Amino acid sequence: MRINNIGYLLKEGFKGIFLHGFMSFAAVCVTVACLLIVGSFSLLAYNLDIMVEDLNKTSEILAYVDSELSDAEARSIGTKINMLDNVLQSTFISREQALENFIEDHNGDSAFSGVQAEDLRHRFVVVLEDNTRMAETDAMLQEIPGIVHTSAAYELAEGFATIQSVLHMVSYAIIAVLLVVSLLIISNTVKLAMYDRKDEIAIMKMVGATNGFIRLPFVVEGFTLGMIGAVLAFGMEWAMYDALVERITEVDSLQLFQLVPFQELLIPMVVVFGGAGLFVGIVGSWTSIRKFMDV
Amino acid sequence: MIEFIDVVKTYEQGNVALNGVTMQIEDGEFCFLVGPSGSGKSTIIKLITGELRPTSGTVHVNGYSLERIRKREVPYLRRTVGVVFQDFRLIANMTVYENVAFAMRVVGAREKEIRERVPYVLELVGLENKANRHPGEMSGGEQQRLAIARALVNNPSTIIADEPTGNLDPERSFEIMALLQEINNLGTTVLVVTHAQNLVELFGKRVIAINDGLVVSDGMEAANDHENQ
Repeated sequence: MRINNIGYLLKEGFKGIFLHGFMSFAAVCVTVACLLIVGSFSLLAYNLDIMVEDLNKTSEILAYVDSELSDAEARSIGTKINMLDNVLQSTFISREQALENFIEDHNGDSAFSGVQAEDLRHRFVVVLEDNTRMAETDAMLQEIPGIVHTSAAYELAEGFATIQSVLHMVSYAIIAVLLVVSLLIISNTVKLAMYDRKDEIAIMKMVGATNGFIRLPFVVEGFTLGMIGAVLAFGMEWAMYDALVERITEVDSLQLFQLVPFQELLIPMVVVFGGAGLFVGIVGSWTSIRKFMDV
Repeated sequence: MIEFIDVVKTYEQGNVALNGVTMQIEDGEFCFLVGPSGSGKSTIIKLITGELRPTSGTVHVNGYSLERIRKREVPYLRRTVGVVFQDFRLIANMTVYENVAFAMRVVGAREKEIRERVPYVLELVGLENKANRHPGEMSGGEQQRLAIARALVNNPSTIIADEPTGNLDPERSFEIMALLQEINNLGTTVLVVTHAQNLVELFGKRVIAINDGLVVSDGMEAANDHENQ
């Protein structure tokens, strides 16, 4: 294909947008609406995932040290713990500190006033990289000389893992369904625009235009409409999300929900919106023109 | 050259449109194809333009074998065959010039070529003074001339005119046939599919008559033979 042909095809593609003004407007509106729904759901899913991830990090294993060991010997076990696969970090809690925490947890209840630091053990709070491997790591901890007992909340960790995997599955499924729905709607909108030009396409076929030559202006049109829709949807999504974050910050009772600022998600969101706009625009026009090519 | 050798075309519903057609049209010939409705004339045109493939037999059109032509080769075959229809099939919102230029643009011609060729073809069909008109502002005869200009502009070796005078009065019909004759004189093969018996007789060219999917006569006398059947 020659350069002057490419220029002509691009010009025809852009001209088509204005020639079919109402259909173009409808296609952009549909793209914006679909991308806003997909984008909002993706952001919601991402924030929920982060929240579950944060909660999951609170799952930890307590590893109790043999009370016969000296303070220095007990502390040295930390090095061995940190060397274990899947250990993110371990924090040494001395028996004195453990007692303080214990009293604090029981609001200085006099019933526990007789408890001495010597009654407790030194311990390590072990945070894991992957909580689904908690049992395996727990077993390795128990193998370390000097560790006499461990305490791990398997059920809680498994619960978080399950919530996260269900959340992932549901998110992917809903995003996929929304994308397919968007694609069908946009494809139908482009199809209507093409129906308008079916005679033109038939003449092109009759005089010997190649399929690629016939398709390209429509694909340029679809691509441009998809990108216009994506840019508008991106801007609206950003404004709405920022407004939501601001509103949540203002309300004290909603402080539990810490939404990730949009600026931090800028690159992935540009990729998602740009990619989706490009995909629905090009694939939508490509698939809808196929029907008119069998002339 | 167009060559059909024992061509059978059966549609999916089982209708046999052609039942062993054998014919040959040499380069530079002027030829009429006549026959009643449903005789297989349209199927022959569709086979020549690559819209259909033969069920069996061999079809050669300007160097392409239709029974084994690849899908991506069909546009190139069509560039060698210009088609003119009874209903003109013009683009209403384009001017005369644009309608003709459009046919060149979509096959990738350069702007310079288009600027040179379109006025030449419009002059050939006698529309040089109507380049800025729209098809809706022209008579039937003029619209058919425009359709012929569009079919000619890419310099095909064959022109197929499917009932080109079907919508025209006798005088305009004669003009269109004379124009096709002139085009033929310039070396282009012309195949005219028609019911207009008077024109067939008047021009005294080769006539291929088809009936029930078979060539029933072929030659200068065929028109009369066909009428007698």
